[in-house]
Amino acid sequence: MIRARELGKRYGEKRVLWGIDLDLPRGGVLVVTGPNGSGKTTLLRLCAGLAVPTEGELEVAVDRGRLGFLAHEPLVYRELTALENLDLYGRLYRVPERRERIGMLLERFGLWDARHERVAAYSRGMTQRLALCRALLHEPELLVLDEPFTALDAEGATLLDAQLRELAGERTLLVSTHDPARIDPLATLRLELAA
Amino acid sequence: MNGYFADVGALARKDLLLELRARDTLPAMLLFVLATFVVFHFALPSGSSALAASGLLWVAIVFTALLGLGRAFVPEREQRVFDALVLAPNDRSAIWVAKALATLAFLAGVEVVALPVFAAFFHGIGAATVGGVVLADVGICAVGTFVGAMATASRARELLLPLLFLPLAIPIVIGGVGASIVDSPGRYLGFLAVYDLIFATLCWASFDYVVAE
Repeated sequence: MIRARELGKRYGEKRVLWGIDLDLPRGGVLVVTGPNGSGKTTLLRLCAGLAVPTEGELEVAVDRGRLGFLAHEPLVYRELTALENLDLYGRLYRVPERRERIGMLLERFGLWDARHERVAAYSRGMTQRLALCRALLHEPELLVLDEPFTALDAEGATLLDAQLRELAGERTLLVSTHDPARIDPLATLRLELAA
Repeated sequence: MNGYFADVGALARKDLLLELRARDTLPAMLLFVLATFVVFHFALPSGSSALAASGLLWVAIVFTALLGLGRAFVPEREQRVFDALVLAPNDRSAIWVAKALATLAFLAGVEVVALPVFAAFFHGIGAATVGGVVLADVGICAVGTFVGAMATASRARELLLPLLFLPLAIPIVIGGVGASIVDSPGRYLGFLAVYDLIFATLCWASFDYVVAE
């Protein structure tokens, strides 16, 4: 699914990532760890197609519409409600039975009762749950999650654990984290980046 | 093609809904254009010609549009939503079409109020001027949304947008002023229509390159 050879990225003079070799097969779970500034987010953005490598080769064998991406930012509109945000993305991704799928995800992540509230009124944890709903909405083949446990409370983290266990093996997962113990049992491949 | 228009509709509806909720752009544009007319009213010496006032109308339109264009991609920039829109499988030009349509709606809404106010302060407005404004709005929103998307990625976006947009708006001002002041405005209106066609096509075809890193 993902193949990288001597992959690297520079922003101007600054080299933020270099010498990455990896082969992640379909259904694999890659856990990326490393300190702040080690290039985890850059690697994930490269794999998601949001950045272009400046060194080496990268092949990601998935269509743009079959990729789910969870970033540091929730990538949702603050002045829209959860329902309006997911409906917009559902339309853009041509999600079949969109309303049912949105309802199911909002129920699962405990946001159903707050579905008509604007995201601006959400707590950070609720916004992160909504971001997860957005990333999972179109049932992506490749799920790229950048520190997905950030801001989640214990209940939210447990929900995400369950979701990831369900997806592991079925889908390809690429997860960066500062808390590898949480996802390590699912990992089929580990990559530790140095600062 | 139905899917493309459905994407444009969903994205444009989102922009209108955001404005309805936040009311960030339309009131600011309206206050700006009205304040500009008041300033021009007192700045123009008494007995100034209608030609001078027509020129000021176009200055006000271009700078009011610039204000709206500067805010066009703020919701996407604040939450980095652009990343999510770019990852969606739709044709990326739909993002530009929808944003240009939403900006056009805001600009037209402002002008519905601003043109009668201009007529009250300065002189009457003819059909040729209204036609020129409509055609100019299309060009302003097409080009302005395109350069607005380019500027969004830059740290110096507040500087970059006017630097890129204003030179490209000069033909619009020439066409608009020409249509407002000559007896046979057909040539100027045709010029504006050709400008719209060429630049809208160029922006539509190249928007994908703007949003790629």
